[in-house]
Amino acid sequence: MVLVLALGDLHVPHRAADLPPKFKSMLVPGKIQHIICTGNLCIKEIHDYLKTICPDLHIVRGEFDEDARYPETKTLTIGQFKLGLCHGHQVIPWGDLDSLAMLQRQLDVDILVTGHTHQFTAYKHEGGVVINPGSATGAYSSINQDVNPSFVLMDIDGLRVVVYVYELIDGEVKVDKIDFKKASTSTSAP
Amino acid sequence: MIADGAGEDEEKWLAAGAAAFKQNAFYMQRAIDSNNLKDALKYSAQMLSELRTSKLSPHKYYDLYMRAFDELRKLEIFFMEETRRGCSVIELYELVQHAGNILPRLYLLCTAGSVYIKTKEAPAKEILKDLVEMCRGIQHPLRGLFLRSYLAQISRDKLPDIGSEYEGDADTVTDAVEFVLLNFTEMNKLWVRMQHQGPARDKEKREKERSELRDLVGKNLHVLSQLEGVDLDMYRDTVLPRVLEQIVNCRDEIAQYYLMDCIIQVFPDEYHLQTLDVLLGACPQLQPSVDIMTVLSRLMERLSSYAALNTEVLPYFLQVEAFSKLNNAIGKVIEAQEDMPILSAVTLYSSLLKFTLHVHPDRLDYADQVLGSCIKQLSGKGKIHDTRATKELVTLLSAPLEKYNDVVIALKLTNYPLVLDYLDSENKRVMATVIIRSIMKNKTIIATAEKVEALLELIKGLINDLDEPQGLEVDEDDFEEEQNSVARLIHMLYSDDPEEMVKIISVLKNHFLTGGPKRLKFTIPPLVVSALKLIRRLPEEGDNPFGKEASVSATKIFQFLNQIIEALPSAPSPDLAFRLYLQCAEAANKCDEEPIAYEFFTQAYILYEEEISDSKAQVTALQLIIGTLQRMHVFGVENRDTLTHKAMGYSAKLLKKPDQCRAVYTCSHLFWLEDHETIQDGERVLRCLKRALKIANSAQQMTSAARGSTGSVTLFIEILNKYLYFYEKGIPQVTVESVESMIQLIKNEESLTSDPSAESFFASTLRFMEFQKQKGGVVGDRYEQIKV
Repeated sequence: MVLVLALGDLHVPHRAADLPPKFKSMLVPGKIQHIICTGNLCIKEIHDYLKTICPDLHIVRGEFDEDARYPETKTLTIGQFKLGLCHGHQVIPWGDLDSLAMLQRQLDVDILVTGHTHQFTAYKHEGGVVINPGSATGAYSSINQDVNPSFVLMDIDGLRVVVYVYELIDGEVKVDKIDFKKASTSTSAP
Repeated sequence: MIADGAGEDEEKWLAAGAAAFKQNAFYMQRAIDSNNLKDALKYSAQMLSELRTSKLSPHKYYDLYMRAFDELRKLEIFFMEETRRGCSVIELYELVQHAGNILPRLYLLCTAGSVYIKTKEAPAKEILKDLVEMCRGIQHPLRGLFLRSYLAQISRDKLPDIGSEYEGDADTVTDAVEFVLLNFTEMNKLWVRMQHQGPARDKEKREKERSELRDLVGKNLHVLSQLEGVDLDMYRDTVLPRVLEQIVNCRDEIAQYYLMDCIIQVFPDEYHLQTLDVLLGACPQLQPSVDIMTVLSRLMERLSSYAALNTEVLPYFLQVEAFSKLNNAIGKVIEAQEDMPILSAVTLYSSLLKFTLHVHPDRLDYADQVLGSCIKQLSGKGKIHDTRATKELVTLLSAPLEKYNDVVIALKLTNYPLVLDYLDSENKRVMATVIIRSIMKNKTIIATAEKVEALLELIKGLINDLDEPQGLEVDEDDFEEEQNSVARLIHMLYSDDPEEMVKIISVLKNHFLTGGPKRLKFTIPPLVVSALKLIRRLPEEGDNPFGKEASVSATKIFQFLNQIIEALPSAPSPDLAFRLYLQCAEAANKCDEEPIAYEFFTQAYILYEEEISDSKAQVTALQLIIGTLQRMHVFGVENRDTLTHKAMGYSAKLLKKPDQCRAVYTCSHLFWLEDHETIQDGERVLRCLKRALKIANSAQQMTSAARGSTGSVTLFIEILNKYLYFYEKGIPQVTVESVESMIQLIKNEESLTSDPSAESFFASTLRFMEFQKQKGGVVGDRYEQIKV
């Protein structure tokens, strides 16, 4: 069993002062094996903070990230799953599932994680999953009017992944769960 | 008889003295054992003669004294037994006075006196008075001090205190107090005189030794504080005035500092509270070199914790006006001590502030008064450069924040910014960081423009770089961290009332735009977001009770946004300005403000053309242009055509062919919006795709020409995916034949097999087509038609 934290679009300090304290108290070091971050952190302090939660940190570049070392896309393999990571401003129309699916095919991944819209979504699509963890700070977005802070925790176990989404609604953390089972390992085994 | 400081000599003397002492003590004990009073007196007197030495340092003399003290306890017991055996105590009291030397005689007299009091054959006060007077016979400071210390020691349990067995008609607590006060006064005189014994060159060492003896004198105050009979009246009317009189009159720095502190430590806080006038009145009369700062700080500390532990005494603090008395006293002390370092003055006010914050948390005016007094002391001295004083000033300014956990309280202190002004620019920044941290930690929302203005004044060290001294460069990382904290702070400056919020953002704009260009890239983005959020909260244009021309209208805020973003390109942060313009354009789109949205787009385009030159930055910028434009529905045909045409032009002009190709096929989305029938132009979608294909072809040829191998076919597969995208949507111009020819084109590419990632991309695209086919329905039908 491997726990993967997916989050992004924090926009600190442009659009939010910090992560919600309730999230911070949940995200304690030692529980999470990998972090995948969809970008727009935007400052080093947040990068350093994420490192304290888990040193295995994968970040792609959002359009407000100054750090040029973050790549545009990234793929990694965790257990039986191949994961793709991209901020999402490159995929137009923004947040469009069919367009994201094209990126998923191009990267040839089982799970594609993107951000940019500040809206949590998770679709099962063509035998894969497309996830957007939303904005961990609930940052302002010109795409979505009402943004609740959210992040995603993926529990990867063999051919199965359980996606938990944590959303802060009116001060309370709500948890939702999506189950996904991969058909076979043949298509994208490394 | 001049004492030689050499330690070796002293050791010798102590050894010789100790040997003689031991021998006489032995004979004394033998005489006691055989009940021989005469011999006991003789040997004890000889033994005590050793205390006449002047060769020992106070420290060694103390050793010898302690041995004598132990031996005298035995003698006292023996005296007691003698009186029981029939020896008259009066006679005994006479007998001890036959000793030849005055010092042994007086030690023996005190010992016999102790027994005399115990037998109660005469009033205790008479004997005590006699003893304390007789001790005047020794005027040598060290010897006199120890003799009187002995007297104090043996009399401790025999004072006619209230409830004591020695209290009687003739003996009252007044006598006890008189006795202790007299002994205290004499001891202090002797102690003070010690400094003059010996050569001037040893003064420092001697003062150190003298200081070690202070507890002998202080013991008397302790005894006084233990007396049952010393109630508040007695303390106020007799004890305190007399003790202070001695302290002031002795004019000795060590004694004054120690004894003042001693008073504060040994007597109850309640007494201090009720006699503040008197106690504080003595402070300015002390020697200018006395560390009065520590004394007063400790007094205030004690009073604060007294108030904290006993809330019922709080009314008394007000009744006796403790605060104003302390405030005045500090002012007078500083006035009296001309050379007082600025550090001490600041520390005093820091202690006073802590005192009033703890004792009178509801009296903000007191806290402000302290700050006011502090300013009075600092005025005319310019900025403070003493590091410790600055640190103390930061502590002082932090105290109200720590106490109330609410910066809004500090904002009410009118003198607060004036005190802050005495810090140099570096420490102003430190203080500003402290203030911001307090706000963030306590999640304090600053909700009015007036308060925001006041807050900005407090943290101006971070907002403004006008008074930065030349050549003093701030570390870049520190600067960034500080400015980021300012950026975070902006999210805490918030009002639910749109009108107030407009005022808040205007205040921020005024400060930020005059604060120097290097801060803008940190402060403008959060301000833009604040304004954009405000626009969202405004009622619909028609429902706006303020009307279109009112101060709170989306139009006005968009103007505001234009003004603040305009400052960024010269900051220079054109990339940031570019992004913010697009954000604003989209907000204007939501508000149905076509001209405004168009203006923002124009600004973004100008920046794209003039400022963004890096090829990679251009790719991202163009993605943002196309992505935003794709979402705009506010534009009429003409404006939309102008903007899309430009975007197409930019796409074709990107430096690298693959980037050109991708940008061009992405532009296809500008001509087909699912939900807007007016923006559905299949012809132009197809044109984009064809053009992208053309660019991909020439990219292919260029790479094969340059590298002698065929380039990647990835671009072709990407274009195929776009064809499929629009084909699936049912755009008539994207025909099944065009899709099939794309597939054929890719299959014919030799390089396909040599590029694993392209191969798997193509494979998954084919799998996708199969998947869609299996879906059935309209989509399934369309895919069914494609012959692979």
